Amino acid sequence: MPSSSWLIVNGRIVDPGRRVDLVGDLLLCDGRVTGIVGRDCPPPEGDVERLEATGLVVAPGFVDLHCHLREPGAEHKETIRTGTLAAARGGFTTVCAMANTDPPIDSRGQVEYVQAIAASEGVVRVLPVGAVSKGLEGQELAEMGELADAGVVAFSDDGVPIRSSRVMRHALEYSRAFGLPIMPHCDDPELMAGGAMNEGPVAAVLGLRGIPAAGEEAIVARDVALAELTGGRLHVCHVSTSGAIDVIRRAKQRGVAVTAEATPHHLTLTDGWVAGVRWEGRGYPYDTNTKVNPPLRSERDRESLVAALLDGTIDAIATDHAPHASVDKLCAFDEAAFGISGLETALGAVVRLVDAGEIDLTLAIEKLTAGPCRAFGLPYGTLAPGAPADVVVFDPTHRWRVEPATFASLGKNTPYAGQELVGRVVATFYGGVPVYRDAAVARATPR
Amino acid sequence: MAGLKRRHVLDLDDFSPAEITQVLDAAREMKEVLARPIKRVPALRGKTVVNMFYEASTRTRVSFELAAKNLSADVVNVTASGSSVEKGESIVDTMKTFEALGADTVVIRHAQSGVPYLAAAHTSSSVINAGDGWHAHPTQALLDLFTIREHIGHLDGLSVVIVGDVLHSRVARSDIWGLVKMGARVTLCAPHSLLPDVGDGCGDGPICTCGTHLPRVRVEPDADRAVEGADVVMALRMQKERQSGGLLPSLREYVRRYQITQARVARAKPGALVMHPGPMNEGIEIAPDVAHGAQSVIEQQVTNGVAVRMALLYLLHGEGDGAL
Repeated sequence: MPSSSWLIVNGRIVDPGRRVDLVGDLLLCDGRVTGIVGRDCPPPEGDVERLEATGLVVAPGFVDLHCHLREPGAEHKETIRTGTLAAARGGFTTVCAMANTDPPIDSRGQVEYVQAIAASEGVVRVLPVGAVSKGLEGQELAEMGELADAGVVAFSDDGVPIRSSRVMRHALEYSRAFGLPIMPHCDDPELMAGGAMNEGPVAAVLGLRGIPAAGEEAIVARDVALAELTGGRLHVCHVSTSGAIDVIRRAKQRGVAVTAEATPHHLTLTDGWVAGVRWEGRGYPYDTNTKVNPPLRSERDRESLVAALLDGTIDAIATDHAPHASVDKLCAFDEAAFGISGLETALGAVVRLVDAGEIDLTLAIEKLTAGPCRAFGLPYGTLAPGAPADVVVFDPTHRWRVEPATFASLGKNTPYAGQELVGRVVATFYGGVPVYRDAAVARATPR
Repeated sequence: MAGLKRRHVLDLDDFSPAEITQVLDAAREMKEVLARPIKRVPALRGKTVVNMFYEASTRTRVSFELAAKNLSADVVNVTASGSSVEKGESIVDTMKTFEALGADTVVIRHAQSGVPYLAAAHTSSSVINAGDGWHAHPTQALLDLFTIREHIGHLDGLSVVIVGDVLHSRVARSDIWGLVKMGARVTLCAPHSLLPDVGDGCGDGPICTCGTHLPRVRVEPDADRAVEGADVVMALRMQKERQSGGLLPSLREYVRRYQITQARVARAKPGALVMHPGPMNEGIEIAPDVAHGAQSVIEQQVTNGVAVRMALLYLLHGEGDGAL
């Protein structure tokens, strides 16, 4: 049995939700945070396990509002077991699992199935997201009340946009009773039809059908207007364009109940990567690991996303972890599946932004902890005494090269393959139990 | 003749002007071979060329086949129907199979952009792109360059107007790369619904290697203005489904505004060349009298295609010792 008490010694404790940033010892007992020694609590008495964290950051376990765990229905791409192992390796202790499984999570029985598998096989907390519409068909609302009672934390048909403005309107109205957000995948199906990458000069070079930014922007504007009309809670998934940012920023200024997330890949990569641009060396054009929906956009869009992190327009960094089997990617670009396996590279990509001076480390951690929890009203993402002992310990200066073969995720599909990221998880505690420890670092730690 | 220092021919975007010149010069020698009573030389004896055509083609496939046979290579033609592709065999597996069967060169045509790159990444054979989706058709561009140079004597400084559906045209994209690299000025002429986003470049001059934008070109949606003073007027095939796709109000309006007519050719330089990559819709993008008129070099484009493809195969595999 693992020890019930851990003292994480001499780390830089960063808890943005409580404006804590100090060097000290963090004590975890019986699955809860006891506190920062000397500030919240006295030094521990008796036996504790110790983790040396000098030079490391100690933060609340990360919270991912958006990932695809693929179970049930596509266990060859990912399972709740492998997905949560990947989450733990990435420093995530809470993940919201999208509803576009097969069958989709559109009934109480499906929610309970995911919860049961997560309880028996998951290594971190899995919070199911319920479908907006029955069968994700965008026609009739799913039984949202029953889904809410079963414990979903949001509603989403992610994977497909909600085509009907009427359905979207009623979803926002009906979900008000439960106080849960609707999280749409915003795009205009007619404008994106057949598209494979961002529309623009790079698509022109490659001869690929483009997905115009205007499609995302038009539907974000529609959904913001519907949220304003209905008073419903809107959470915009994976914002990728400058124009969508502008719409959300203005809506927030008007007091509309809208929150938004951005992915690490949209914050760090551009559509040039589809043509083979890399930070180091050169990739080959049409690398299907760069195919994702929404697509990697222009540098101007990327810069707007970073600015939106800084000014609070973006509330959360969410992975949109979308693992695929190799057969789904080893094919013509047009035929390849959309998606990036993102849980294990999220921290490294985000800290790379910190390393480049685009954002600071505290903001990065905030967008992975307190930010998402505020957006969804979740009681996690904090090191407050009494909170669940979900903690990540990471080295913010460690530079490492991405080797997809070493992923815990079954999805090896990442455009970061072979590239250098900055910041690596050393240990992840979930409910006071270490669920991941970097082998190299664990060996070096005296016990 | 020294060979090309490359294994694959996927597009012209990574060709230097010197390499393009090398191919065009070799094609001139090949054209002399084609003028002989016996057109066959032993340069590629013992080499195997596989023509893998996932998409229908007449002139390009036959042209590659003749080119390889004229060089005494063994030629295998494979089409998607009747092969394991119908059973769902992946492109990567197909390439591995060809490699295991000893293919030295795989000529590949596919309806989807980028497939030759995927193929090249998974084989030790040479890959020649015979047209991929909307993306590239480098051997067509080389034969276009060859044909222009043959008639005008040079490429540098020429004004070339490409009229028609550039958005969906792999020929146009490769021609743009080849022409701009060789110093020509390119004008694209079409309604904006049929033009790709050519962007503003990235400030590194007309040609750069960042790969994220096309070379700098002029866009002129008015056909009468576009062809003024041109040395070469090239029409592109207009697919009838562009109208049903909503990109055009009607073929009638397209014909009126964009068809290459005698009147439009008269606005170009005297003696300007008229070109078309084929297959033509006579009476749609080009008037029949222009297509078969004195300024048309359309049939010579087809003939030159064999010489250019012979040159490429020879430069990739001839190893410099094959006598012509």
